[in-house]
Amino acid sequence: MNFENIIALILLYYLRKPIGVAAISPEWKNWLKWGMIVAVTTLVLQATNLLPDLLTKFIGLALIAGVVYAVVNIEDFHGRRSLVYALLPLIVISVISDIIEFVSPNWYKTLEYLLDIAGFFALIWAISMWFISRKQRKALELERKKAEEREKEFRITESLKAELEVQVAERTAALTQQKEALEKALNELKSTQTQLIHAEKMASLGELTAGIAHEIQNPLNFVNNFSEVSHELIQEMQEELSKGEIEEVKAIAMDLAQNLEKINHHGKRADAIVKGMLQHSRSNDGKKDLCDLNAIADEYLRLSYHGLRAKDKSFNSDFSIELDPDLPKVEGIPQELGRVILNLINNAFYAVNERSKNAKDEKDPNLQTYKPKVTISTSTIPDFKGKKGVKISLSDNGSGIPENIRSKIFQPFFTTKPTGQGTGLGLSLSYDIIKAHGGNLTLKSKEGLGTTFEITLPGVDQSRKVL
Amino acid sequence: MKILIVDDEKDVEMLFRQKFRKEIKNGNLELVFAFSGAEAMRVLEESNPPKVVYVFSDINMPGMTGLELLDKIKEKYPQINVSMISAYGDSDNYNKAIKSGAKEFFTKPINFDSLREEIKALMN
Ligand SMILES: [Mg+2]
Repeated sequence: MNFENIIALILLYYLRKPIGVAAISPEWKNWLKWGMIVAVTTLVLQATNLLPDLLTKFIGLALIAGVVYAVVNIEDFHGRRSLVYALLPLIVISVISDIIEFVSPNWYKTLEYLLDIAGFFALIWAISMWFISRKQRKALELERKKAEEREKEFRITESLKAELEVQVAERTAALTQQKEALEKALNELKSTQTQLIHAEKMASLGELTAGIAHEIQNPLNFVNNFSEVSHELIQEMQEELSKGEIEEVKAIAMDLAQNLEKINHHGKRADAIVKGMLQHSRSNDGKKDLCDLNAIADEYLRLSYHGLRAKDKSFNSDFSIELDPDLPKVEGIPQELGRVILNLINNAFYAVNERSKNAKDEKDPNLQTYKPKVTISTSTIPDFKGKKGVKISLSDNGSGIPENIRSKIFQPFFTTKPTGQGTGLGLSLSYDIIKAHGGNLTLKSKEGLGTTFEITLPGVDQSRKVL
Repeated sequence: MKILIVDDEKDVEMLFRQKFRKEIKNGNLELVFAFSGAEAMRVLEESNPPKVVYVFSDINMPGMTGLELLDKIKEKYPQINVSMISAYGDSDNYNKAIKSGAKEFFTKPINFDSLREEIKALMN
Protein backbone atom coordinates (compact mmCIF):
# COMPACT_ATOMS: atom_id res chain seq x y z
CA MET A 1 0.00 0.00 0.00
CA ASN A 2 1.38 3.40 -0.98
CA PHE A 3 -1.21 6.23 -0.75
CA GLU A 4 1.08 9.13 0.06
CA ASN A 5 1.76 10.20 -3.49
CA ILE A 6 -1.90 9.76 -4.58
CA ILE A 7 -3.12 11.79 -1.64
CA ALA A 8 -0.47 14.41 -2.36
CA LEU A 9 -1.69 14.52 -5.97
CA ILE A 10 -5.33 14.91 -4.92
CA LEU A 11 -4.41 17.66 -2.47
CA LEU A 12 -2.32 19.53 -4.99
CA TYR A 13 -5.02 19.18 -7.63
CA TYR A 14 -7.71 20.59 -5.37
CA LEU A 15 -5.50 23.34 -4.09
CA ARG A 16 -5.10 24.62 -7.64
CA LYS A 17 -8.86 24.81 -8.20
CA PRO A 18 -10.39 28.15 -7.21
CA ILE A 19 -13.04 28.04 -4.49
CA GLY A 20 -15.72 30.74 -4.65
CA VAL A 21 -14.28 34.14 -5.20
CA ALA A 22 -10.89 33.22 -3.80
CA ALA A 23 -8.42 32.34 -6.56
CA ILE A 24 -4.81 31.21 -6.23
CA SER A 25 -2.07 33.57 -7.35
CA PRO A 26 -0.27 32.46 -10.57
CA GLU A 27 2.96 32.11 -8.62
CA TRP A 28 1.44 29.57 -6.22
CA LYS A 29 -0.26 27.84 -9.11
CA ASN A 30 3.15 27.31 -10.64
CA TRP A 31 4.48 25.79 -7.39
CA LEU A 32 1.49 23.50 -7.15
CA LYS A 33 2.00 22.42 -10.76
CA TRP A 34 5.58 21.43 -9.98
CA GLY A 35 4.35 19.57 -6.88
CA MET A 36 1.92 17.61 -9.07
CA ILE A 37 4.66 16.81 -11.59
CA VAL A 38 6.84 15.47 -8.77
CA ALA A 39 3.94 13.37 -7.39
CA VAL A 40 3.07 11.89 -10.80
CA THR A 41 6.76 11.19 -11.61
CA THR A 42 7.22 9.49 -8.26
CA LEU A 43 4.10 7.34 -8.84
CA VAL A 44 5.36 6.29 -12.25
CA LEU A 45 8.85 5.54 -10.93
CA GLN A 46 7.37 3.55 -8.06
CA ALA A 47 5.21 1.51 -10.45
CA THR A 48 8.25 0.63 -12.53
CA ASN A 49 10.23 -0.16 -9.33
CA LEU A 50 13.00 2.27 -10.36
CA LEU A 51 12.91 3.96 -6.98
CA PRO A 52 12.88 2.19 -3.63
CA ASP A 53 9.51 2.13 -1.92
CA LEU A 54 10.86 4.00 1.05
CA LEU A 55 12.03 6.97 -1.03
CA THR A 56 8.72 7.36 -2.87
CA LYS A 57 6.90 7.20 0.45
CA PHE A 58 9.21 9.84 1.79
CA ILE A 59 8.66 12.12 -1.28
CA GLY A 60 4.88 11.65 -0.94
CA LEU A 61 5.04 12.53 2.77
CA ALA A 62 7.24 15.55 2.06
CA LEU A 63 4.72 16.81 -0.52
CA ILE A 64 1.85 16.30 1.95
CA ALA A 65 3.79 18.03 4.70
CA GLY A 66 4.45 20.93 2.35
CA VAL A 67 0.74 21.16 1.54
CA VAL A 68 -0.26 21.01 5.22
CA TYR A 69 2.30 23.63 6.05
CA ALA A 70 1.06 25.87 3.23
CA VAL A 71 -2.60 25.46 4.15
CA VAL A 72 -1.97 26.26 7.79
CA ASN A 73 0.46 29.14 7.32
CA ILE A 74 -0.34 30.78 3.98
CA GLU A 75 -3.41 32.94 3.83
CA ASP A 76 -4.19 32.11 0.21
CA PHE A 77 -4.88 28.51 1.16
CA HIS A 78 -6.89 29.05 4.33
CA GLY A 79 -10.03 28.23 2.39
CA ARG A 80 -8.65 24.72 1.67
CA ARG A 81 -8.14 23.70 5.26
CA SER A 82 -11.17 21.40 5.19
CA LEU A 83 -9.48 19.35 2.50
CA VAL A 84 -6.45 18.82 4.66
CA TYR A 85 -8.62 18.01 7.65
CA ALA A 86 -10.46 15.46 5.54
CA LEU A 87 -7.38 13.61 4.49
CA LEU A 88 -5.30 14.11 7.62
CA PRO A 89 -6.55 10.96 9.50
CA LEU A 90 -5.90 8.86 6.40
CA ILE A 91 -2.38 10.28 6.13
CA VAL A 92 -1.67 9.83 9.83
CA ILE A 93 -2.88 6.21 9.83
CA SER A 94 -0.95 5.50 6.66
CA VAL A 95 2.22 6.97 8.17
CA ILE A 96 1.74 5.09 11.44
CA SER A 97 1.17 1.78 9.69
CA ASP A 98 4.17 2.40 7.49
CA ILE A 99 6.36 3.14 10.52
CA ILE A 100 5.09 0.03 12.39
CA GLU A 101 5.66 -2.11 9.32
CA PHE A 102 9.12 -0.70 8.93
CA VAL A 103 10.10 -1.04 12.60
CA SER A 104 8.57 -4.46 13.34
CA PRO A 105 6.80 -6.45 10.61
CA ASN A 106 5.58 -8.95 13.23
CA TRP A 107 3.90 -6.36 15.33
CA TYR A 108 2.48 -4.93 12.16
CA LYS A 109 0.88 -8.33 11.39
CA THR A 110 -0.96 -8.36 14.76
CA LEU A 111 -2.04 -4.75 14.38
CA GLU A 112 -2.90 -4.95 10.66
CA TYR A 113 -6.54 -5.69 11.23
CA LEU A 114 -6.88 -2.78 13.65
CA LEU A 115 -5.02 -0.44 11.30
CA ASP A 116 -7.27 -1.49 8.41
CA ILE A 117 -10.38 -0.61 10.47
CA ALA A 118 -8.83 2.72 11.43
CA GLY A 119 -7.96 3.28 7.74
CA PHE A 120 -11.57 2.46 6.79
CA PHE A 121 -12.97 5.00 9.24
CA ALA A 122 -10.41 7.54 8.08
CA LEU A 123 -11.62 6.92 4.51
CA ILE A 124 -15.26 7.38 5.53
CA TRP A 125 -14.23 10.55 7.33
CA ALA A 126 -12.41 11.74 4.24
CA ILE A 127 -15.37 10.96 1.96
CA SER A 128 -17.87 12.66 4.22
CA MET A 129 -15.57 15.65 4.57
CA TRP A 130 -15.21 15.69 0.84
CA PHE A 131 -18.99 15.74 0.44
CA ILE A 132 -19.39 18.52 2.98
CA SER A 133 -16.57 20.48 1.43
CA ARG A 134 -18.06 19.95 -2.05
CA LYS A 135 -21.37 21.22 -0.79
CA GLN A 136 -19.66 24.24 0.71
CA ARG A 137 -17.71 24.79 -2.45
CA LYS A 138 -20.87 24.66 -4.48
CA ALA A 139 -22.47 27.23 -2.19
CA LEU A 140 -19.36 29.36 -2.51
CA GLU A 141 -19.37 28.88 -6.25
CA LEU A 142 -22.98 29.99 -6.36
CA GLU A 143 -22.09 33.00 -4.29
CA ARG A 144 -19.21 33.76 -6.60
CA LYS A 145 -21.50 33.57 -9.61
CA LYS A 146 -23.97 35.80 -7.86
CA ALA A 147 -21.20 38.21 -7.03
CA GLU A 148 -20.06 38.12 -10.64
CA GLU A 149 -23.62 38.75 -11.73
CA ARG A 150 -23.85 41.64 -9.33
CA GLU A 151 -20.54 42.93 -10.56
CA LYS A 152 -21.77 42.68 -14.12
CA GLU A 153 -24.99 44.44 -13.22
CA PHE A 154 -23.03 47.04 -11.37
CA ARG A 155 -20.82 47.60 -14.39
CA ILE A 156 -23.86 47.87 -16.65
CA THR A 157 -25.45 50.30 -14.23
CA GLU A 158 -22.22 52.23 -14.08
CA SER A 159 -21.97 52.48 -17.84
CA LEU A 160 -25.65 53.42 -18.04
CA LYS A 161 -25.07 56.02 -15.40
CA ALA A 162 -22.11 57.41 -17.28
CA GLU A 163 -24.15 57.44 -20.47
CA LEU A 164 -26.99 59.19 -18.65
CA GLU A 165 -24.61 61.68 -17.19
CA VAL A 166 -23.37 62.52 -20.67
CA GLN A 167 -26.95 62.85 -21.86
CA VAL A 168 -27.89 65.00 -18.88
CA ALA A 169 -24.87 67.21 -19.51
CA GLU A 170 -25.84 67.51 -23.16
CA ARG A 171 -29.44 68.32 -22.30
CA THR A 172 -28.36 70.79 -19.65
CA ALA A 173 -26.14 72.52 -22.16
CA ALA A 174 -28.96 72.58 -24.71
CA LEU A 175 -31.41 73.90 -22.11
CA THR A 176 -28.98 76.55 -20.97
CA GLN A 177 -28.53 77.59 -24.55
CA GLN A 178 -32.28 77.65 -25.06
CA LYS A 179 -32.75 79.65 -21.89
CA GLU A 180 -30.19 82.17 -23.06
CA ALA A 181 -31.82 82.37 -26.46
CA LEU A 182 -35.21 82.86 -24.83
CA GLU A 183 -33.87 85.52 -22.52
CA LYS A 184 -32.39 87.30 -25.49
CA ALA A 185 -35.68 87.00 -27.37
CA LEU A 186 -37.54 88.29 -24.33
CA ASN A 187 -35.28 91.30 -24.09
CA GLU A 188 -35.67 91.93 -27.79
CA LEU A 189 -39.43 91.66 -27.41
CA LYS A 190 -39.38 94.07 -24.49
CA SER A 191 -37.44 96.66 -26.44
CA THR A 192 -39.66 96.07 -29.47
CA GLN A 193 -42.68 96.59 -27.25
CA THR A 194 -41.25 99.87 -26.01
CA GLN A 195 -40.54 100.87 -29.58
CA LEU A 196 -44.02 99.87 -30.66
CA ILE A 197 -45.66 101.82 -27.87
CA HIS A 198 -43.53 104.77 -28.90
CA ALA A 199 -44.45 104.21 -32.55
CA GLU A 200 -48.12 104.06 -31.61
CA LYS A 201 -47.77 107.27 -29.67
CA MET A 202 -45.97 108.91 -32.57
CA ALA A 203 -48.49 107.57 -35.07
CA SER A 204 -51.37 109.11 -33.17
CA LEU A 205 -49.30 112.28 -32.85
CA GLY A 206 -48.62 112.19 -36.58
CA GLU A 207 -52.35 112.13 -37.19
CA LEU A 208 -52.42 115.26 -35.08
CA THR A 209 -49.66 117.42 -36.52
CA ALA A 210 -51.77 118.95 -39.26
CA GLY A 211 -54.64 119.36 -36.84
CA ILE A 212 -52.33 120.98 -34.34
CA ALA A 213 -51.08 123.43 -36.96
CA HIS A 214 -54.63 124.33 -37.86
CA GLU A 215 -55.74 124.54 -34.28
CA ILE A 216 -52.87 126.82 -33.38
CA GLN A 217 -53.28 128.94 -36.50
CA ASN A 218 -56.94 129.61 -35.78
CA PRO A 219 -56.54 131.13 -32.30
CA LEU A 220 -53.44 133.00 -33.43
CA ASN A 221 -55.45 134.53 -36.26
CA PHE A 222 -57.99 135.65 -33.72
CA VAL A 223 -55.31 137.10 -31.49
CA ASN A 224 -53.93 139.07 -34.44
CA ASN A 225 -57.32 140.11 -35.74
CA PHE A 226 -58.67 141.20 -32.37
CA SER A 227 -55.56 143.20 -31.49
CA GLU A 228 -55.64 144.83 -34.92
CA VAL A 229 -59.25 145.74 -34.65
CA SER A 230 -58.69 147.03 -31.12
CA HIS A 231 -56.02 149.33 -32.45
CA GLU A 232 -58.51 150.69 -34.97
CA LEU A 233 -61.14 151.03 -32.26
CA ILE A 234 -58.84 153.16 -30.14
CA GLN A 235 -58.36 155.55 -33.05
CA GLU A 236 -62.12 155.67 -33.53
CA MET A 237 -62.61 156.23 -29.82
CA GLN A 238 -60.28 159.23 -29.94
CA GLU A 239 -62.22 160.62 -32.88
CA GLU A 240 -65.50 160.17 -31.01
CA LEU A 241 -63.99 161.73 -27.91
CA SER A 242 -62.95 164.85 -29.80
CA LYS A 243 -66.51 165.01 -31.19
CA GLY A 244 -67.81 164.65 -27.63
CA GLU A 245 -69.89 161.56 -28.46
CA ILE A 246 -69.65 160.03 -24.98
CA GLU A 247 -72.22 157.27 -25.61
CA GLU A 248 -70.26 156.12 -28.64
CA VAL A 249 -67.03 156.18 -26.65
CA LYS A 250 -68.66 153.99 -23.98
CA ALA A 251 -69.78 151.47 -26.59
CA ILE A 252 -66.29 151.31 -28.08
CA ALA A 253 -64.76 150.87 -24.65
CA MET A 254 -67.09 147.91 -24.05
CA ASP A 255 -65.99 146.36 -27.35
CA LEU A 256 -62.37 146.90 -26.42
CA ALA A 257 -62.85 145.10 -23.13
CA GLN A 258 -64.48 142.21 -24.94
CA ASN A 259 -61.67 142.12 -27.48
CA LEU A 260 -59.04 141.91 -24.80
CA GLU A 261 -60.96 139.03 -23.29
CA LYS A 262 -61.02 137.33 -26.70
CA ILE A 263 -57.31 137.88 -27.19
CA ASN A 264 -56.69 136.31 -23.84
CA HIS A 265 -59.03 133.40 -24.56
CA HIS A 266 -57.46 132.53 -27.91
CA GLY A 267 -53.95 132.98 -26.57
CA LYS A 268 -54.77 130.46 -23.86
CA ARG A 269 -56.30 128.14 -26.42
CA ALA A 270 -53.10 128.06 -28.48
CA ASP A 271 -51.10 127.63 -25.31
CA ALA A 272 -53.21 124.66 -24.22
CA ILE A 273 -52.77 122.98 -27.57
CA VAL A 274 -49.00 123.34 -27.55
CA LYS A 275 -48.88 122.07 -23.98
CA GLY A 276 -51.16 119.19 -24.85
CA MET A 277 -48.98 118.21 -27.77
CA LEU A 278 -45.85 118.33 -25.67
CA GLN A 279 -47.55 116.31 -22.99
CA HIS A 280 -48.70 113.74 -25.50
CA SER A 281 -45.26 113.17 -26.98
CA ARG A 282 -43.38 113.38 -23.71
CA SER A 283 -42.40 110.01 -22.33
CA ASN A 284 -44.62 109.16 -19.49
CA ASP A 285 -43.22 109.96 -16.08
CA GLY A 286 -46.17 108.14 -14.56
CA LYS A 287 -47.15 111.11 -12.43
CA LYS A 288 -50.79 111.22 -11.51
CA ASP A 289 -52.71 114.41 -11.69
CA LEU A 290 -56.27 115.65 -11.54
CA CYS A 291 -57.59 115.32 -15.07
CA ASP A 292 -60.42 117.31 -16.56
CA LEU A 293 -61.75 114.82 -19.07
CA ASN A 294 -64.14 117.41 -20.54
CA ALA A 295 -61.19 119.55 -21.56
CA ILE A 296 -59.21 116.57 -22.85
CA ALA A 297 -62.18 115.27 -24.88
CA ASP A 298 -62.90 118.70 -26.36
CA GLU A 299 -59.30 119.37 -27.28
CA TYR A 300 -58.57 116.00 -28.85
CA LEU A 301 -61.82 115.92 -30.77
CA ARG A 302 -60.87 119.14 -32.55
CA LEU A 303 -57.24 118.11 -33.03
CA SER A 304 -58.20 114.76 -34.47
CA TYR A 305 -60.84 116.25 -36.76
CA HIS A 306 -58.58 118.94 -38.16
CA GLY A 307 -55.67 116.53 -38.38
CA LEU A 308 -57.65 114.10 -40.50
CA ARG A 309 -59.09 116.93 -42.56
CA ALA A 310 -55.63 118.25 -43.31
CA LYS A 311 -54.34 114.82 -44.24
CA ASP A 312 -57.24 113.79 -46.39
CA LYS A 313 -59.17 116.55 -48.15
CA SER A 314 -61.99 114.18 -48.99
CA PHE A 315 -62.56 113.43 -45.33
CA ASN A 316 -65.32 115.18 -43.56
CA SER A 317 -67.57 114.33 -40.72
CA ASP A 318 -69.97 116.12 -38.51
CA PHE A 319 -69.24 115.92 -34.85
CA SER A 320 -70.93 116.98 -31.70
CA ILE A 321 -69.81 117.16 -28.16
CA GLU A 322 -72.07 116.98 -25.13
CA LEU A 323 -70.17 117.68 -21.95
CA ASP A 324 -71.50 117.35 -18.42
CA PRO A 325 -70.51 120.67 -16.79
CA ASP A 326 -70.48 119.03 -13.32
CA LEU A 327 -68.27 116.14 -14.39
CA PRO A 328 -66.02 115.02 -11.52
CA LYS A 329 -62.29 115.16 -12.11
CA VAL A 330 -60.38 111.92 -12.47
CA GLU A 331 -57.13 111.12 -10.79
CA GLY A 332 -54.80 109.74 -13.43
CA ILE A 333 -51.99 110.28 -15.85
CA PRO A 334 -53.27 112.98 -18.21
CA GLN A 335 -51.12 111.98 -21.19
CA GLU A 336 -52.33 108.41 -20.97
CA LEU A 337 -56.01 109.23 -20.62
CA GLY A 338 -55.58 111.74 -23.43
CA ARG A 339 -54.08 109.03 -25.60
CA VAL A 340 -57.02 106.73 -24.97
CA ILE A 341 -59.56 109.39 -25.88
CA LEU A 342 -57.55 110.48 -28.92
CA ASN A 343 -57.24 106.90 -30.07
CA LEU A 344 -60.98 106.29 -29.77
CA ILE A 345 -61.73 109.55 -31.58
CA ASN A 346 -59.30 108.71 -34.38
CA ASN A 347 -60.90 105.28 -34.70
CA ALA A 348 -64.39 106.78 -34.81
CA PHE A 349 -63.44 109.21 -37.55
CA TYR A 350 -61.69 106.40 -39.40
CA ALA A 351 -64.85 104.30 -39.20
CA VAL A 352 -67.18 106.99 -40.54
CA ASN A 353 -64.70 107.91 -43.24
CA GLU A 354 -64.49 104.30 -44.42
CA ARG A 355 -68.26 104.10 -44.59
CA SER A 356 -68.39 107.44 -46.33
CA LYS A 357 -66.00 106.22 -49.00
CA ASN A 358 -68.10 103.11 -49.56
CA ALA A 359 -71.41 105.00 -49.49
CA LYS A 360 -70.95 106.33 -53.02
CA ASP A 361 -70.91 102.77 -54.33
CA GLU A 362 -74.03 101.70 -52.40
CA LYS A 363 -76.99 100.44 -54.42
CA ASP A 364 -79.52 101.60 -51.85
CA PRO A 365 -80.11 105.33 -52.52
CA ASN A 366 -80.81 105.87 -48.80
CA LEU A 367 -77.29 104.78 -48.01
CA GLN A 368 -75.77 107.03 -50.66
CA THR A 369 -76.81 110.06 -48.66
CA TYR A 370 -74.86 108.82 -45.64
CA LYS A 371 -73.98 111.62 -43.21
CA PRO A 372 -70.94 110.72 -41.10
CA LYS A 373 -71.19 111.79 -37.51
CA VAL A 374 -69.13 111.32 -34.38
CA THR A 375 -70.49 112.16 -30.96
CA ILE A 376 -68.57 112.42 -27.75
CA SER A 377 -70.39 112.88 -24.49
CA THR A 378 -69.46 112.88 -20.84
CA SER A 379 -71.69 112.19 -17.87
CA THR A 380 -71.50 111.57 -14.15
CA ILE A 381 -72.14 108.10 -12.76
CA PRO A 382 -73.77 108.51 -9.30
CA ASP A 383 -72.33 105.29 -7.98
CA PHE A 384 -69.17 103.77 -9.40
CA LYS A 385 -67.60 101.28 -6.99
CA GLY A 386 -68.94 103.26 -4.07
CA LYS A 387 -68.13 106.75 -5.28
CA LYS A 388 -68.92 109.09 -8.11
CA GLY A 389 -67.74 108.01 -11.49
CA VAL A 390 -67.17 109.43 -14.92
CA LYS A 391 -68.51 108.08 -18.17
CA ILE A 392 -67.23 109.07 -21.60
CA SER A 393 -69.14 107.77 -24.59
CA LEU A 394 -67.77 107.90 -28.07
CA SER A 395 -70.23 107.06 -30.81
CA ASP A 396 -69.84 106.89 -34.53
CA ASN A 397 -72.36 105.99 -37.18
CA GLY A 398 -69.88 103.95 -39.17
CA SER A 399 -70.45 100.42 -40.43
CA GLY A 400 -70.16 98.87 -36.97
CA ILE A 401 -67.87 96.08 -35.88
CA PRO A 402 -68.83 92.58 -37.05
CA GLU A 403 -69.73 90.32 -34.14
CA ASN A 404 -67.01 87.76 -34.90
CA ILE A 405 -64.19 90.25 -34.42
CA ARG A 406 -65.66 92.19 -31.51
CA SER A 407 -63.90 90.02 -28.96
CA LYS A 408 -60.57 90.43 -30.75
CA ILE A 409 -60.35 94.17 -31.10
CA PHE A 410 -58.73 94.68 -27.71
CA GLN A 411 -56.04 92.13 -28.52
CA PRO A 412 -52.59 93.50 -29.31
CA PHE A 413 -51.71 93.70 -33.01
CA PHE A 414 -55.27 93.12 -34.09
CA THR A 415 -56.18 95.62 -36.77
CA THR A 416 -58.68 95.83 -39.57
CA LYS A 417 -56.74 98.60 -41.22
CA PRO A 418 -54.66 97.81 -44.31
CA THR A 419 -51.05 96.78 -43.68
CA GLY A 420 -48.88 99.69 -42.68
CA GLN A 421 -51.77 101.86 -41.57
CA GLY A 422 -52.25 100.71 -38.02
CA THR A 423 -50.01 99.22 -35.38
CA GLY A 424 -52.91 97.24 -33.97
CA LEU A 425 -51.88 98.46 -30.56
CA GLY A 426 -54.17 101.46 -30.14
CA LEU A 427 -57.11 99.70 -28.56
CA SER A 428 -55.07 97.18 -26.65
CA LEU A 429 -53.01 99.95 -25.07
CA SER A 430 -56.15 101.97 -24.41
CA TYR A 431 -57.71 99.01 -22.67
CA ASP A 432 -54.63 98.52 -20.50
CA ILE A 433 -54.50 102.20 -19.61
CA ILE A 434 -58.15 102.34 -18.56
CA LYS A 435 -57.76 99.14 -16.54
CA ALA A 436 -54.69 100.59 -14.84
CA HIS A 437 -56.80 103.59 -13.85
CA GLY A 438 -59.37 101.32 -12.23
CA GLY A 439 -61.91 101.78 -14.96
CA ASN A 440 -63.54 99.89 -17.78
CA LEU A 441 -63.52 100.17 -21.54
CA THR A 442 -66.47 98.52 -23.24
CA LEU A 443 -68.01 98.58 -26.65
CA LYS A 444 -71.44 98.29 -28.18
CA SER A 445 -71.77 97.88 -31.87
CA LYS A 446 -74.52 97.26 -34.36
CA GLU A 447 -73.59 96.35 -37.89
CA GLY A 448 -74.80 99.02 -40.27
CA LEU A 449 -75.58 101.45 -37.44
CA GLY A 450 -72.32 102.24 -35.73
CA THR A 451 -70.21 101.70 -32.68
CA THR A 452 -70.11 103.20 -29.21
CA PHE A 453 -67.09 102.93 -26.95
CA GLU A 454 -67.69 103.63 -23.32
CA ILE A 455 -65.02 104.55 -20.79
CA THR A 456 -65.95 104.49 -17.11
CA LEU A 457 -63.53 105.75 -14.51
CA PRO A 458 -63.67 106.44 -10.79
CA GLY A 459 -64.08 110.15 -10.08
CA VAL A 460 -62.47 112.27 -7.42
CA ASP A 461 -64.59 113.71 -4.65
CA GLN A 462 -64.47 117.47 -5.32
CA SER A 463 -65.04 118.36 -1.67
CA ARG A 464 -61.83 116.52 -0.82
CA LYS A 465 -58.88 118.58 -1.95
CA VAL A 466 -56.31 116.58 -3.80
CA LEU A 467 -52.90 118.10 -4.20
CA MET B 1 -77.06 144.99 -48.55
CA LYS B 2 -77.26 141.71 -46.71
CA ILE B 3 -74.18 139.53 -46.42
CA LEU B 4 -73.97 136.06 -44.87
CA ILE B 5 -70.78 134.93 -43.20
CA VAL B 6 -70.35 131.21 -42.50
CA ASP B 7 -67.66 129.89 -40.14
CA ASP B 8 -67.59 127.26 -37.41
CA GLU B 9 -65.59 129.68 -35.23
CA LYS B 10 -68.23 131.75 -33.44
CA ASP B 11 -65.85 134.64 -32.67
CA VAL B 12 -65.79 135.68 -36.33
CA GLU B 13 -69.13 137.37 -35.68
CA MET B 14 -67.66 139.78 -33.14
CA LEU B 15 -64.67 140.40 -35.33
CA PHE B 16 -66.70 141.19 -38.46
CA ARG B 17 -69.15 143.36 -36.55
CA GLN B 18 -66.28 145.47 -35.24
CA LYS B 19 -64.45 145.58 -38.56
CA PHE B 20 -67.55 146.76 -40.41
CA ARG B 21 -68.81 148.85 -37.54
CA LYS B 22 -69.17 152.02 -39.61
CA GLU B 23 -70.84 150.35 -42.58
CA ILE B 24 -73.32 148.63 -40.26
CA LYS B 25 -74.02 151.86 -38.38
CA ASN B 26 -74.66 153.67 -41.66
CA GLY B 27 -77.16 150.99 -42.60
CA ASN B 28 -75.23 150.31 -45.78
CA LEU B 29 -74.43 146.77 -44.68
CA GLU B 30 -76.34 144.07 -42.86
CA LEU B 31 -74.36 141.07 -41.60
CA VAL B 32 -75.88 137.70 -40.75
CA PHE B 33 -73.92 134.73 -39.43
CA ALA B 34 -74.18 130.97 -39.61
CA PHE B 35 -71.86 128.53 -37.84
CA SER B 36 -72.35 125.53 -40.09
CA GLY B 37 -73.29 124.78 -43.68
CA ALA B 38 -76.68 123.49 -42.64
CA GLU B 39 -77.41 126.66 -40.66
CA ALA B 40 -76.34 128.76 -43.64
CA MET B 41 -78.85 126.95 -45.85
CA ARG B 42 -81.59 127.60 -43.27
CA VAL B 43 -80.71 131.32 -43.20
CA LEU B 44 -80.94 131.51 -46.98
CA GLU B 45 -84.24 129.66 -47.01
CA GLU B 46 -85.82 132.12 -44.54
CA SER B 47 -87.18 134.30 -47.36
CA ASN B 48 -87.79 133.55 -51.01
CA PRO B 49 -85.86 134.81 -52.84
CA PRO B 50 -83.20 135.24 -50.23
CA LYS B 51 -82.31 138.78 -49.20
CA VAL B 52 -78.66 137.77 -48.91
CA VAL B 53 -76.63 138.84 -51.93
CA TYR B 54 -73.20 137.64 -50.92
CA VAL B 55 -71.97 134.66 -48.90
CA PHE B 56 -68.49 134.42 -47.43
CA SER B 57 -67.83 130.91 -46.26
CA ASP B 58 -65.11 129.11 -44.42
CA ILE B 59 -64.15 125.78 -46.02
CA ASN B 60 -63.03 123.73 -43.06
CA MET B 61 -66.15 123.05 -41.01
CA PRO B 62 -67.46 119.89 -39.45
CA GLY B 63 -70.46 118.38 -41.18
CA MET B 64 -71.01 120.20 -44.42
CA THR B 65 -67.79 121.75 -45.73
CA GLY B 66 -67.66 125.19 -47.32
CA LEU B 67 -67.14 123.58 -50.73
CA GLU B 68 -70.26 121.48 -50.32
CA LEU B 69 -72.16 124.56 -49.23
CA LEU B 70 -70.88 126.38 -52.30
CA ASP B 71 -72.26 123.63 -54.55
CA LYS B 72 -75.62 123.73 -52.79
CA ILE B 73 -75.96 127.51 -52.99
CA LYS B 74 -74.90 127.63 -56.62
CA GLU B 75 -77.41 124.91 -57.43
CA LYS B 76 -80.31 126.54 -55.63
CA TYR B 77 -79.48 130.26 -55.84
CA PRO B 78 -77.09 130.81 -58.76
CA GLN B 79 -77.57 134.59 -58.47
CA ILE B 80 -75.92 134.76 -55.01
CA ASN B 81 -72.20 135.54 -54.96
CA VAL B 82 -70.12 133.10 -52.92
CA SER B 83 -66.51 133.62 -51.89
CA MET B 84 -64.40 131.28 -49.83
CA ILE B 85 -62.31 132.14 -46.80
CA SER B 86 -59.93 129.38 -45.79
CA ALA B 87 -56.83 128.75 -43.78
CA TYR B 88 -55.87 126.25 -46.46
CA GLY B 89 -54.95 128.31 -49.48
CA ASP B 90 -53.60 125.37 -51.44
CA SER B 91 -54.26 125.04 -55.15
CA ASP B 92 -56.43 121.99 -54.63
CA ASN B 93 -58.97 123.89 -52.56
CA TYR B 94 -58.65 126.97 -54.75
CA ASN B 95 -59.25 125.11 -58.02
CA LYS B 96 -62.21 123.25 -56.60
CA ALA B 97 -63.77 126.46 -55.32
CA ILE B 98 -63.32 128.39 -58.55
CA LYS B 99 -64.58 125.46 -60.60
CA SER B 100 -67.70 125.30 -58.47
CA GLY B 101 -68.36 128.98 -59.12
CA ALA B 102 -66.76 130.82 -56.20
CA LYS B 103 -66.24 134.50 -56.93
CA GLU B 104 -63.10 134.99 -54.88
CA PHE B 105 -60.82 132.98 -52.64
CA PHE B 106 -59.56 134.71 -49.47
CA THR B 107 -57.04 133.14 -47.16
CA LYS B 108 -56.89 133.31 -43.39
CA PRO B 109 -55.76 135.37 -41.57
CA ILE B 110 -58.33 137.55 -43.25
CA ASN B 111 -57.09 140.72 -44.89
CA PHE B 112 -60.07 142.94 -44.06
CA ASP B 113 -58.95 145.67 -46.43
CA SER B 114 -59.27 143.44 -49.46
CA LEU B 115 -62.53 142.10 -48.06
CA ARG B 116 -63.83 145.65 -47.68
CA GLU B 117 -62.78 146.41 -51.27
CA GLU B 118 -64.72 143.37 -52.46
CA ILE B 119 -67.85 144.42 -50.59
CA LYS B 120 -67.58 148.05 -51.71
CA ALA B 121 -67.22 146.94 -55.33
CA LEU B 122 -70.47 145.05 -54.99
CA MET B 123 -72.29 147.92 -53.34
CA ASN B 124 -71.60 150.30 -56.20
MG1 LIG C 1 -63.09 126.45 -39.68
